[in-house]
Amino acid sequence: MGRAAYIRRRLILMVFVLFGVTVVIFGMVRILPGDPAFLILGDRATDQKAAELREQLGLNRPVLEQYWMFVSGFARGDMGQSLLYRQPVGDLVLTRVPVSLALAGYAMGLAAVITLTFGIVAAVNKGRWPDQLIRVGFLFALTTPSFWFGILLILLFGLTLHWFPVAGFGETLPQHIWYLFLPALTLALQLSAVLIRNLRGQIIQTLRSDYVRTAHAKGLSESLVLLRHVLRNALLSTVTIFGLQFGFLVGGTIVVETVFALPGTGQLLIQSITARDYPVVQAITVVSAVLVIVVNLAVDLSYSFLDPRVTYE
Amino acid sequence: MSEKALGTRPLPEVMPLTQLTRAMRQIRIGPTFLTGLVLLGLVVLVAIAAPLLTPYDPIEQRFAEAFLPPFSAGHILGTDNFGRDIWSRIAYSTRLDLQIGLLSVLFPFMFGSLTGIATGYLGGKLDTLLMRVVDVLMAFPFLILVIAIMSILGPGLTNLYIAVGVVGWIPYARITRGETLATRHLEYVLAARTVGCSSARIMLRHILPNVIAPALIYVFTGMVLAILTGATLSFLGLGPQPPTPEWGAMIAEGRQYLLLAWWMTTLPGLALLVAGVSLSLIGDGLAEHRGG
Repeated sequence: MGRAAYIRRRLILMVFVLFGVTVVIFGMVRILPGDPAFLILGDRATDQKAAELREQLGLNRPVLEQYWMFVSGFARGDMGQSLLYRQPVGDLVLTRVPVSLALAGYAMGLAAVITLTFGIVAAVNKGRWPDQLIRVGFLFALTTPSFWFGILLILLFGLTLHWFPVAGFGETLPQHIWYLFLPALTLALQLSAVLIRNLRGQIIQTLRSDYVRTAHAKGLSESLVLLRHVLRNALLSTVTIFGLQFGFLVGGTIVVETVFALPGTGQLLIQSITARDYPVVQAITVVSAVLVIVVNLAVDLSYSFLDPRVTYE
Repeated sequence: MSEKALGTRPLPEVMPLTQLTRAMRQIRIGPTFLTGLVLLGLVVLVAIAAPLLTPYDPIEQRFAEAFLPPFSAGHILGTDNFGRDIWSRIAYSTRLDLQIGLLSVLFPFMFGSLTGIATGYLGGKLDTLLMRVVDVLMAFPFLILVIAIMSILGPGLTNLYIAVGVVGWIPYARITRGETLATRHLEYVLAARTVGCSSARIMLRHILPNVIAPALIYVFTGMVLAILTGATLSFLGLGPQPPTPEWGAMIAEGRQYLLLAWWMTTLPGLALLVAGVSLSLIGDGLAEHRGG
């Protein structure tokens, strides 16, 4: 199958998955026994309030019409009205998205640096103490709860050493970079824990291949062989895993934003859950799922551009 | 001999079962696995013997003894803002968090493995349906989906199991499905089919013992994930409600007193880390062995 046919099939699949995702989110409130209006307002709400909410959310219309309103609204960018803030959900979410995306991007950048550094060091020293140390260290990183690690960073570098601010986002770009460093590092360490294992294995495998032996035989320097020849091939599968971890990263931003009091979508999500602001919860869930779907598709497709040998079956 | 007579004879199902036993015997105790096992043993011991090992009630408040640092007289790990003994609270949390780890994995493991074997063996529309359901559920960031489900069901333990279980079965289904696809054309499966075994019998008595090992190994990863997710939800206020001692909730409570009483956040996190690392090491040790 050629690239065009593959892309076509992936797009059809994506439409299907998008349909499934909207059905799941749409069905979530309605699948439960009881009246969603009372679920949102709480048991002590008056009947009149409940009726108003039902009208506002369109809960008194046929289910299929409700679903159509929900999906077409999203397509137009109209995600309903926040119950807590009394403003359009779209505006509310969109002002928060840049903070979360900046955090996620920053974390990915840091994770790339950490993964490359430690992955190469571990692979080159396979079986010796630096390799063992990195393995054990990142085994701990993988198991460390991010919210706890973030708090430890705040305690050490914020409250005790005063190197970094403990909360907030800053005003200017250099400030953003400074303010977001600890939150991004929290996410990056966990992300790298997954990636380093993979990169180490790939490098070790590639080092054994014939063309690397040829490169050595030609008399190329160790570092040139490693950076030019080995890394290029070893990185392929690591990049894929990097992309697949995007969902994890989006989930992780929620926790980290809460710990570092960052005004992103994660913080909004937690607020909205406490306030039972259901339209906002729905919108954030849809937006994050769509983001993950698009990123995963992009990663799959980029494969063929990164590696001309790849053909799709 | 007629086919029917063959079908009623005791079946040669010894082979797959002995393979399993042999695999069990082969597990050499490597250092990774052993370290994990010893650590987990300690954690389980603390969970079981919590009332014997702790001098105080984990939720009893004694304001006169608030904010005592670790190694204070009578309070080895210090006390919190309510004067509650941190060691007692950590020990009792161990019970709850291990229970979260076990129960959040048990049903997803059983459901996922059986689904994976059934769809892998039977194939067809059922298999396509499963893969599409997996595609849709995998599109959600795990934590966001769990949080969204919890927001509808409300906080609490049972709802936590449900929320984690909605997506928790997927890895087991994928693992066993893949293994089953590789197994279904092997000779002993064909032999069982030839002698007239029903599909259900082939799946449960012949395929299952041969494909379940990798899924079992993943159980340890699944437990680490479940414990971390449980603690995270509880940190966000969506888990077991106070004053129930739970590591994530203890960390959240201690956050306000970070400079005043660092031990309130640091120590429960360490407990969580020890439990998680012990399970990871066991999983790694088992996977290492299978990998060769």
